[in-house]
Amino acid sequence: MEHPFAISLDVGSSLANHTGNWRTERPVYLDRLPPCNNACPAGENIQSWLHRAEEGDYEGAWRVLIADNPFPAVHGRVCYHPCEDACNRGQIDETVSIHAVERFLGDEALKRGWTIEPGPDTGKKVLVIGAGPSGLSAAYHLRRLGHAVTVREAGPMAGGMLRFGIPKYRLPRDVLDGEIARIAAMGVEFVFESKVEDIPAEMETGGFDAVFVAVGAHLAKRTTIPAREAGKILDAVSVLRDMETGDPPKLGRRVVVYGGGNTAIDVARTAKRLGASEALIVYRRTREQMPAHDFEVREALEEGVLINWLQTIKQIDATTFTVEKMRIDESGWPQPTGEFETIEADTLVLALGQNVDTGFLESVPGVAIAKDGVVEVDAHMMTGRPGLFAGGDMVPAERTVTVAVGHGKKAARNIDAWLAGGTYDPPPKHELADFDLLNAWYYTDADQSVQPQLDIARRASTFGEVVGGLDETTALFEARRCLSCGNCFECDNCYGVCPDNSVIKLGPGNRFEFNYDFCKGCGLCVAECPCGAIKMVPETT
Amino acid sequence: MSQRVKFYQTGTFTVGNRLLDADQRTVQATRERNNSLTSGHRACQGCGEALGARYAVDAAMRAADNRLVAVNATGCLEVFSTPYPESSWQLPWLHSLFGNAPAVAAGVAAALRAKGDTRTRVLAQGGDGGTVDIGFGCLSGMFDRNDDVLYICYDNEAYMNTGVQRSARTPAAARTATTPAVGEHPGNVMGQGKNPALIAMAHEIPYVATASVADLHDLEAKVTRAMGMGGARYIHIHVPCPLGWGSRPCDTIMLARLAVESGLFPLYEAEHGEVVDVTPIRRRVPVEDYLRPQKRFAHLFRGEGQAETLAAIQATADRNIRRFGLVPEEVS
Repeated sequence: MEHPFAISLDVGSSLANHTGNWRTERPVYLDRLPPCNNACPAGENIQSWLHRAEEGDYEGAWRVLIADNPFPAVHGRVCYHPCEDACNRGQIDETVSIHAVERFLGDEALKRGWTIEPGPDTGKKVLVIGAGPSGLSAAYHLRRLGHAVTVREAGPMAGGMLRFGIPKYRLPRDVLDGEIARIAAMGVEFVFESKVEDIPAEMETGGFDAVFVAVGAHLAKRTTIPAREAGKILDAVSVLRDMETGDPPKLGRRVVVYGGGNTAIDVARTAKRLGASEALIVYRRTREQMPAHDFEVREALEEGVLINWLQTIKQIDATTFTVEKMRIDESGWPQPTGEFETIEADTLVLALGQNVDTGFLESVPGVAIAKDGVVEVDAHMMTGRPGLFAGGDMVPAERTVTVAVGHGKKAARNIDAWLAGGTYDPPPKHELADFDLLNAWYYTDADQSVQPQLDIARRASTFGEVVGGLDETTALFEARRCLSCGNCFECDNCYGVCPDNSVIKLGPGNRFEFNYDFCKGCGLCVAECPCGAIKMVPETT
Repeated sequence: MSQRVKFYQTGTFTVGNRLLDADQRTVQATRERNNSLTSGHRACQGCGEALGARYAVDAAMRAADNRLVAVNATGCLEVFSTPYPESSWQLPWLHSLFGNAPAVAAGVAAALRAKGDTRTRVLAQGGDGGTVDIGFGCLSGMFDRNDDVLYICYDNEAYMNTGVQRSARTPAAARTATTPAVGEHPGNVMGQGKNPALIAMAHEIPYVATASVADLHDLEAKVTRAMGMGGARYIHIHVPCPLGWGSRPCDTIMLARLAVESGLFPLYEAEHGEVVDVTPIRRRVPVEDYLRPQKRFAHLFRGEGQAETLAAIQATADRNIRRFGLVPEEVS
């Protein structure tokens, strides 16, 4: 080539200079585990379904959601949302109202009639005992995996504690029925009012390859209170059950509920709605120590429920109750003070917790019952008898709807693996996306959307749903408050901030790649990634 | 830049966002960006100037429909991008001397005019040394003649390429090779230096703006605006330098952001000598947050510290905030 005067070399591009060899650390993309997903007892992939909801793809979001939990409309209402306690956004302004978006998606699915296909037939048969949240969840997941499922339920309807433990004003029955009907439509067979007494025999005659037991905990715990002349004493579980099966219980004008859990609150609020002029909760410890969730306590107080903290019932004389004041000692336990008061009430409802009816399991060889009356299972949810799995309130765990639904999923996966002659090993969890891995600067300020609430006056007299749902616009806004912790949401920051053009944008949905020929390893992409989806790792050579 | 979109998770704070309308995303978010300063350049890890130059020139290229000539002053930007015979520039690019880039650019504009080319635009660029010190006479002349050139100064606050010597943009108390951190008042002398954006405004040229690599949307909007005008225009871009500032390469954008948020680097636009818009501070921080991560200010925090100097730097930031109205509620 002819060169101009004083030019001796051809023009070159700096692309010949591979600056990648300056690097001592390299950035890598990764998915970290968002705190919400980590906290969800049902193992929902919350960040992932919010990601789709943000785009307005509600059906896509719902389909990701139901891969783990068949009850979004139910959970959006009754789950105590540990996901929100863990949400990183709480450290910026307020947590994302995950349950409100979940409820919107669940309601949208019911409104639009979205359905779920069962998996290809495997020829295996599984018996599920108990149609509560855990059994229904197991049945659903087993059906998705292609197994034939029969659900046997001692009661007259499906739903378990969802129906017989949670009042209508928190969970309208058309919502519950809608989500159960969707499971039935997948080909799950239900047999009601049919108590299983002998599991091995049922397996034999029914030709079942495996069994999942989830009969819950329905035996009300009792306590001994000296009574000169016993007044009317009921237990909370029967009161709530009677609300569903026909005759509402007659509670009288003045009702005392003994206990401090969510069930105690539910009964007191129900009593109010049934016309009680006074619904009083007696609990032996302080408000802070109540196992009931704070928002439920708050709603109950709003509705005029009275709560006497630090009291125990010592004696009953017809409608007169003698209560003793308590105090909390240094170790946090309530101690008697010797000071007494009397209160007047027509009915006492005991809400002291429930035990499991394990009678029908005790004769099954290999099944072990723990001291506190729950059934022991291994890490694969299997009892000591091969092929017999158990979950929900009857195994040792926190007793919530969401834990029960999580058990159902976990059991279904383990049963599926066991039926194939193997064991289910969950994939290793990603590292946690802690708040300090985020660059919170980039997130727009946005306050949480507020769900509407029913008027106090109407809450006193009707069983109408107390908390309303978000409309489409607010649900979308709420979904878009998600920080997408640990998972790329294609904000283009890494692509933009690289001084060396070493990030390759692969286009919508395909995220990015590094060009290690030129990446100098400065780490700007990591520092400026809003959601912590990139990390630096040392170069090996 | 205020939030004009409906809430989209990050709004317009990030480079792009899959949920934003395409016209709300930056040039840098597109796969079609020109990469005017392409890979393989020899800038240090985390170089703010390399980043700022690509941001600005890519935006200018888009605004000029890819008909753009760049004239470069001597400095880091020239040295790291164009070691003979290689170049990282993906547009026609000229380099002459340290101090004459504005004059050369004025000549290029005149030559294009003589050729009857009314479409090709001219951009001149340099660091703070070549612009504010060595080339200042040429720059003032270019402003005086209202030559049709957009001049962009990438301000990293010292002569970095030659070993970190003080420039007229080196901030008070900063340690450089020529302002060592020794004596009673260590670092650069308080009360010296020039403010070229204000001096440019005094020329009453059509457009003057300050910008930062920490706010890409704002930077691109200003370059695009400048390219939509004729005559002499000046944009001053703050570009942190890990080498000269003694900061971690990964902190470049964070430091640029803290400079803006503390009030030390006010972002504003002026037309014909009058300020027409300012970018308000989003979350105000004390100057200490900005100074502390930089080794050039380490002596301010060593031992008993330099409370008086810190207070004086804070007063400078406070004055900027007051003067430009950077915190809306503080504007009377």
